[in-house]
Amino acid sequence: MSSTPSSVENSGEQNAIAVTGHEPGAAGQEPVLSVRHLRVEFPTRHGTLVALDDVSFDIAPGEVLGVVGESGAGKSMTGNAVIRLLEPPGRIAEGEVHLSGRRIDDLPEERFVPLRGRHIGMIFQDPLTSLNPLFSVGDQLIETIRTHLPMNEREAREEALKLLREVGIPAPENRLDSYPHQFSGGMRQRVVIALALAARPEFIIADEPTTALDVSVQAQILALLKRLCADHGTAVMLVTHDMGVIAETADRVAVMYAGRLIEIGPVDEVVRNPQHPYTKGLMASIPGIEKRLERLYQIEGSMPRLAAIPAGCAFNPRCPHAQERCRVQRPDLMPAEGSLAACWLHDPVDPLPPRRGEAGEEMAHVR
Amino acid sequence: MCADTAMQQTPPATAGQADILLEAHDLARYFDVSKPWLNRVIERSERLTLKAVDGVGFSIRRGETLSLVGESGCGKSTVARLVVGLYGLTRGRLVFDGEDISDLASRTGRQTASVRKRFQMIFQDPYASLNPLWRVGTIIGEPLRFFRPEMSAADRHRRVGELLEQVGMSAPDANRYPHEFSGGQRQRISIARALANEPEFMICDEPTSALDVSVQAQILNLMRDLQDEYGLTYLFISHDMAVVKHMSDRIAVMYLGRIAEIAPAEQLFANAHHPYSKMLLEAVPSLEGAGKERTTIQGEVPNPVHPPSGCAFHPRCPHANARCKAEVPRLITRSDGSEVACHGVEEGRLP
Ligand SMILES: Nc1ncnc2c1ncn2[C@@H]1O[C@H](COP(=O)(O)OP(=O)(O)OP(=O)(O)O)[C@@H](O)[C@H]1O
Ligand SMILES: Nc1ncnc2c1ncn2[C@@H]1O[C@H](COP(=O)(O)OP(=O)(O)OP(=O)(O)O)[C@@H](O)[C@H]1O
Ligand code: SF4
Ligand code: SF4
Ligand SMILES: [Mg+2]
Ligand SMILES: [Mg+2]
Repeated sequence: MSSTPSSVENSGEQNAIAVTGHEPGAAGQEPVLSVRHLRVEFPTRHGTLVALDDVSFDIAPGEVLGVVGESGAGKSMTGNAVIRLLEPPGRIAEGEVHLSGRRIDDLPEERFVPLRGRHIGMIFQDPLTSLNPLFSVGDQLIETIRTHLPMNEREAREEALKLLREVGIPAPENRLDSYPHQFSGGMRQRVVIALALAARPEFIIADEPTTALDVSVQAQILALLKRLCADHGTAVMLVTHDMGVIAETADRVAVMYAGRLIEIGPVDEVVRNPQHPYTKGLMASIPGIEKRLERLYQIEGSMPRLAAIPAGCAFNPRCPHAQERCRVQRPDLMPAEGSLAACWLHDPVDPLPPRRGEAGEEMAHVR
Repeated sequence: MCADTAMQQTPPATAGQADILLEAHDLARYFDVSKPWLNRVIERSERLTLKAVDGVGFSIRRGETLSLVGESGCGKSTVARLVVGLYGLTRGRLVFDGEDISDLASRTGRQTASVRKRFQMIFQDPYASLNPLWRVGTIIGEPLRFFRPEMSAADRHRRVGELLEQVGMSAPDANRYPHEFSGGQRQRISIARALANEPEFMICDEPTSALDVSVQAQILNLMRDLQDEYGLTYLFISHDMAVVKHMSDRIAVMYLGRIAEIAPAEQLFANAHHPYSKMLLEAVPSLEGAGKERTTIQGEVPNPVHPPSGCAFHPRCPHANARCKAEVPRLITRSDGSEVACHGVEEGRLP
């Protein structure tokens, strides 16, 4: 389908959403990260799988963009494409990535490598992939610090202890010589975070940084991320399933479904007043601490496989409002209350009438 | 330091023995975290022992869900690994359906099959537990091949497809390799594998932490349905309090290798007694809290290699007194059905 977000072109006045690619963020600052019409493909024997389809967003200095969405929607893929760690045969087929105004997706590999770690910090979803089981935690930290910063062994050791303390490892001087397998799941995760922060990068991709952590350590890590944003203008792309974390940490939220960005807006709007039917279902599925339901709300059906993404709106087989047009024509992002949503219900010219009384209407009020 | 641990945290003997599926008495697991021998000699450092779990006791009734909660590093995964025999016990006793399985870790091969096929574990780290060289179908079918060799390949294939669909994926996914899936999809693969052999008892270590809320709802609903239908029993670990509340009949709050409080779920959320349980519940983030600073647990997480004396929580507890610093509190059963290890509560200083 068309990849120009035509209906969006004039909506720049809505805060820093600026999906147009030409306008700066609301604050007038140049975004730290700018992603335009990103498309990632996996060529296979049975045809080409499209893992990301026309994804565009900006992140301003000091801003945290939360990324949520169905498992398999392409959140990690977006981060991996930005840092060019796509697993072959995956490749960026279209689009551009800019870091602090400089285009980086077309840099030759040898000029891209130094960006990783130094300018872009990465916290991977899987802590074990970032840690070498054969080296002690201290050695790995010291090595990383010395690669990026001009420090001698002793200074780097002090810095490593400081970082471990910052991410809340108790008595780090006793644990510096431990190996990754001697740490609990949450402690390993914190070591990975310490590694990502080591070079004080200007942009951090945090993929589920706190899923393995209990609530109090989680609060500590999130406070640390926010402090980095405020003090150093670091921009953060925060991928998480935890809406509490999103509500507390993110400035804006992007919602993904089947490789597409389907809603983006300020955190209060998206969490409290979701506009896309998928986002509504997502919010309704959150188990509440206040009351215990016999069954949790769930969106019926499951996300399509990449090999079988339906025509039109990818959500249409599961959407209570779906009508003929949704099965044929793909919606681009369009203004929807305080956000942008890719849904024909929000077509500024000819909005689709919502079906009343169905799950789609009620579920938003379940919580 | 803790001479009296052998006595504590053993479930009351009065509990109806018949419907108890798992009994854990005074479980302990220590790890040697000393520096290598040469460093010890040169730096004159001592041997260091980390008491990951030190005197944990509980029982789980058939068809019940008991959850373990507590800060990162408090020993939840270690308890889970002790129960399934992945770690040997430093001390303590495990009884599964009347059979003493304390030596499970040292049993080998088919010897363990009769017990092992009755329980399954979902690991906190789904990546590490999936063989990257096997297709997903082989991974999920593996428990079936091992425990039900009589099953035909076609039946197994059908069952694998069915399991994939139950966890919100699709049958053709069986032909792909783990690396081709997202984090949450891999976690679902490990859940499907755990369900394959229809176990009676599942140990679930953060089973849904990598899942978005709608898939999580699907999995949690499935787990509850299986429990209603087949009377499955769960030992459940999660740091998401809302999930824990949704799933649990009873909850054990752990602190630094011990149980601080164990109580029926509703009871704990309505009226936690132990000062640590209270703090833990207050630290829960909420959607209403957009932009708000959340109450966090005050004070440093203690060093597990040199835990504080007496009640390990005393350096962070606003109610600590001299007795708290000197004496390890024992779990004491209260009239409301909870068990609490706190001097303040026992003395009636705290509600
Ligand atoms: N190497 C690969 N080959 C083919 N498909 C792949 C490969 N890696 C990932 N995919 C597919 O790309 C899609 C996006 O995956 P991604 O890891 O970005 O999901 P995600 O949104 O991060 O999900 P989760 O929340 O579960 O981590 C998934 O459907 C996945 O199956
Ligand atoms: N193999 C090991 N060798 C040495 N120490 C270990 C080992 N396994 C665990 N530990 C230590 O035991 C303690 C408890 O670890 P465990 O994995 O049980 O914590 P947990 O409660 O599951 O934490 P999390 O919520 O972070 O997963 C930690 O201090 C950890 O470092
Ligand atoms: S475009 Fe149609 S199918 Fe898609 S979310 Fe909107 S109403 Fe539902
Ligand atoms: S025993 Fe004392 S220090 Fe420990 S929780 Fe109770 S009051 Fe606090
Ligand atoms: Mg992911
Ligand atoms: Mg654990």
